[in-house]
Amino acid sequence: MTEDVYIIGRGLVTPVGDTPEGVFRAVREGRSALKPYADTAETYWASRLDRSGFTGDSFFEYIALEAARKAIQEAGIDPAEAGFILSTIKGDIEHLGSRDVSLAASASNIANALGVKAKPVVVSNACISGLAAMVQGMRMLRAGLYKHVIVVGAELQSRFIVTGFQSLKALSQQPCKPFDAARDGLNPGEAAAAVVLSGQPAPWQLVAGAVRNDANHISGPSRTGEGSYNALKAVLPYVAKEDLAFVNVHGTATRYNDEMEAIALDRAGLLDVPINSLKGVFGHTMGAAGILECLVSMQALEAGIVLPTRGFKELGVSLPVKVSADERAVKGSAFIKLLSGFGGVNGAMLLRKGGEQ
Amino acid sequence: MKEVSIPSGANLMDLYRSLAGDYPKFFKMDTLCKLGFLLAEMLVADDTDRFRQREDRAVLVFSREGSLADDIHYAHSMADFPSPALFVYTLPNIISGEIAIRNKYAGETSAYVLERYDRLLIDSIVRQAFQDPVTESAVVIWADCPSDNQWDARGWLVKKEELV
Repeated sequence: MTEDVYIIGRGLVTPVGDTPEGVFRAVREGRSALKPYADTAETYWASRLDRSGFTGDSFFEYIALEAARKAIQEAGIDPAEAGFILSTIKGDIEHLGSRDVSLAASASNIANALGVKAKPVVVSNACISGLAAMVQGMRMLRAGLYKHVIVVGAELQSRFIVTGFQSLKALSQQPCKPFDAARDGLNPGEAAAAVVLSGQPAPWQLVAGAVRNDANHISGPSRTGEGSYNALKAVLPYVAKEDLAFVNVHGTATRYNDEMEAIALDRAGLLDVPINSLKGVFGHTMGAAGILECLVSMQALEAGIVLPTRGFKELGVSLPVKVSADERAVKGSAFIKLLSGFGGVNGAMLLRKGGEQ
Repeated sequence: MKEVSIPSGANLMDLYRSLAGDYPKFFKMDTLCKLGFLLAEMLVADDTDRFRQREDRAVLVFSREGSLADDIHYAHSMADFPSPALFVYTLPNIISGEIAIRNKYAGETSAYVLERYDRLLIDSIVRQAFQDPVTESAVVIWADCPSDNQWDARGWLVKKEELV
């Protein structure tokens, strides 16, 4: 690769905390904001943000802005010199019919409020959007287009998304159980997460990322883990096995996703590497997930641990993947983030600590 | 470079019959995906060894409105009986997935939303996609479909060796 890309700013808005350090502490203490909701025909469990006190027009834009502003402040950059990427699946869809809910309009509003001069780009690549957006930011930097790129991912869980996943029988009526024998579906989650990417050296480096399709089915994961395996295969040459501390998997807790990931990990020769899923803490935060889960995993690796997989008790996939049920110490300076989504998309990204040396 | 388009309001069933005709999954697609599917058919029909799985071809899809037309259909169904068949098409990237499935493209598939049809910006993103060392060519689609009878749909095929 021609140019090294670093994370120089981070911003979070989650139900369990608003800083990477605070969120990490909450996760380590076993906290979660998952609770039952009964505002649709069936009850479901979800992790929602507190809207009390919010009086603006768009809560979606508000949380995206909050996360982006924190990342910009930490990075100490001028947004006018940065590229801007928004990652989301459904954006402001809760206002369908009452305002322009296009992702393009949301991105323009957010970019303008931040003082961004670059043309905004939205990456809407299903559940891997956040990871795909960071890959896009990395490419923009390597192409020499900007000094920095602001990448913000955000998702709210409206009736639109919840009833849709219910219609697909994908939601659990209890706290989700990633990789567990009794897993029965996912929990929707709300969050915003942002990073500022830059060529300016910093402790954390985005080393490589790839997006691959299963070429199999629009709403069902591949039985051979094809795309997930191919995405892993694209990033593994950049890390020595002994330096790979863990893989933070997608782990949505649907029957098919977790089984598919186990197959992909096996094909990639990673059965002996610790894995964990954060869905039991945050639910599935969709357009925010890639960035949020990377930021939390970075904190974990800095503390020398892999975080617990909340909700996991007994292995329920066909291959002996090394699911981290509890917190445990790990060695290595790098981790892989893995995601998969509708449309057959899969993404893998390798991040390394100490990249400035 | 091969470039194709579908005039707004064209009869997509006629087009399907003349271009493919043997792919029943077409009938369940929303209009956006039908457009993407047909544009891709026009672009890759002459490929040698078509339908053999390959990882070296990316599918990069752009629009302004994303899946808006289907969003409205799904929102109507929500009031009554939320339709899973409509819901899956409310993700703006399903169009790239449909093209990948049809053609067995196991490479990168990405979906982008931009403020408007901006060829310079699209060309720049497409060029950057070739930073992935596996990608040798890309089906690029601009398909903006705010309603079922009105759209701007065009596509082109980019090969790595043609990039300057």
